[in-house]
Amino acid sequence: MAKPGLDGHDRGAKVVAHALRDAGLEVIYSGLKKGADEIVAEAVQEDVDLIGLSVLSGAHLTLTRKLLDRLEAAGADDVAVVVGGTIPARDADALRAMGVREVFPMGTPLPEIVTFFRGFRRGDER
Amino acid sequence: MSDAGQPDSSGTPAGSPNTLRAATYLDGIAIKPVYGPEDLGHFDPARELGRAGEYPFTRGIHPHMYRARVWTMRQYIGFGTPAETNARFKYLMARGQDALNVAFDLPTQLGLDSDDARAEGEVGRVGMAVDSLLDMEEAFAGIPADRVSISFTINSMAAFIQAMFLVVADKQGVPWARVVTTPQNDILKEFIARGTWVYPVEPSLRLVCDIAEFCARHAPKVNPISVCGYHIREAGCTPAQEMAYGLLIVAAYADLLVRRGLDVDDFAPRLSFNFTAWGRLFEEVAKFRAGRRLYARLMKERFGARNPKSMMFRTLIGGGGSGFTVQEPENNIVRGAYYALAAALSGAQTMALPTYDEAYTIPSSKAQLVALRTMQICAEETGVADTVDPLAGSYFVESLTNEMEARIREEMDRVDRMGGVIEGVKSGAIQAEVARQAYRFEQMMLSGEYPKVGVNRHLAPDAERDSSGQLELYAFDATVAEAQVAKLARLRRDRDAATVGRALGRLQDEARGTANLMPAIVEAVRAYATLGEMAGALREVWGEHKEPLVF
Repeated sequence: MAKPGLDGHDRGAKVVAHALRDAGLEVIYSGLKKGADEIVAEAVQEDVDLIGLSVLSGAHLTLTRKLLDRLEAAGADDVAVVVGGTIPARDADALRAMGVREVFPMGTPLPEIVTFFRGFRRGDER
Repeated sequence: MSDAGQPDSSGTPAGSPNTLRAATYLDGIAIKPVYGPEDLGHFDPARELGRAGEYPFTRGIHPHMYRARVWTMRQYIGFGTPAETNARFKYLMARGQDALNVAFDLPTQLGLDSDDARAEGEVGRVGMAVDSLLDMEEAFAGIPADRVSISFTINSMAAFIQAMFLVVADKQGVPWARVVTTPQNDILKEFIARGTWVYPVEPSLRLVCDIAEFCARHAPKVNPISVCGYHIREAGCTPAQEMAYGLLIVAAYADLLVRRGLDVDDFAPRLSFNFTAWGRLFEEVAKFRAGRRLYARLMKERFGARNPKSMMFRTLIGGGGSGFTVQEPENNIVRGAYYALAAALSGAQTMALPTYDEAYTIPSSKAQLVALRTMQICAEETGVADTVDPLAGSYFVESLTNEMEARIREEMDRVDRMGGVIEGVKSGAIQAEVARQAYRFEQMMLSGEYPKVGVNRHLAPDAERDSSGQLELYAFDATVAEAQVAKLARLRRDRDAATVGRALGRLQDEARGTANLMPAIVEAVRAYATLGEMAGALREVWGEHKEPLVF
């Protein structure tokens, strides 16, 4: 669970991280204001299956693009990326087109996110 | 207990089945169906309430409250370039808004210039971009520095922004003594909830106090700290915790200022607060009545304040965006009206409301206008402003005020036992508690225990998941960043580099010592040092905060 960019809203990220931990998953939370390089380095080091980006500043397109590029550069593009936050519908489509596995816009019920993560297996095709 | 056949204070006529709906508030207070005189216990109005405008200010901080002057209406505005923000300020001022609350973009809030790589995609997005004094001059062009009261939602960078405004006042020919600004300048709540911290806790606290001390001496009408329970509540804590943390935070700042040798009455009259009022209406009213009483006693008994103004809980009450929903966004207009009513009944000095489109976008001007009109209707049509503290004496509200006071005290004691609010912030214990409450609230929303129309009840069968198609989404303009970057390049070329270098050198030297940094900051601002340069100079000396990672 990562907070890229400069946005300080971490309520959603922490609630989702908490719910996933309660569901028996191992969750690593990056903390606020992490650069794409830092997130990718931690993801590689911890050998994560999936990165959840939480963005509430409106900068989701720029930040996600950056993260996907860095993942590819690190040879880690098998790590899936999902994005949550204040994402209007039109941008959700743009994120999916970029290669984001799933988008959880504001108002997504928590169980839906948990179900997705529990059902996810590394290497799953989209 | 009641005599046979008489209704008792549990509200159920004796013998009736116990099938009433439960009503328990977030702090665990179980609400009875009926309250009566027996719920007031040894209620002593003279001691517990006092007169309005008199200690302990339970009924409000002014004797005639809104009959003398209705609350200030201050919407949170600012986006794009300083010129765009300037135009929006003038739009709202022409429609009766009498005070400004300036939003800054995230790079500004974190001390990064618009041409910094870390600012990419964020310049001018959630607020106005400020890179130097030049931008502040532009944002306030044609807005006399002594005619409007201006709040700056800025914290770790408050010293720089406040210094910039003082220099703007100089250039407009307005003496500092007439400047009425409110830099938010509450860094502890940033560590707990809002996240725009930069420096470690101790130097961050030094900056908070440098502003307060400097303004007390040189710009005495500036409200140097606006203590915010608001953001902590938005991050998930309960109403009693919101008030408890706010009071603990203000006491922490007051302690530090007193230790610097300031008399409490030299700074406390200008301290103010920022709280929220979404949720259960009477719980909110009780929270504020209890909070006013607790604050007055804290300032008088613990800090030895003698000036009654030092004991007055002056507060902005905002509507609270977390009460609003993504689903059926028009319903938020109605919620906003109730939150405005709660704020009015709570004795707000200043009011602000979130906009109905807030879950989706930077507010449209239409949504901003609806929020402003909501407050105006509340003030001028409903009659709620006609008499002071109209709920005083209510069996329910007085009893609830007492119960809220007890819960707030309990939480304050709990934090004190773990070493106080500053230690709790450093260790992350408070952040962990807020996150725990946010998770608990989410579960209450999922179960329906916390009712929310359109979310966990009364769901429209054909409800859209995303209503953004019906809203006017803010079209972020990427050329804002280009314009800011070009302006910065011109500034760096045109200014006197040697003067800037000297000013930044002085700032670093003084940061290594213990002097008040404001004079050095004012000098650097005047030399047109950029925000990123000034903030960076302090970063080099102090380093950055390491966030305790708890959830």
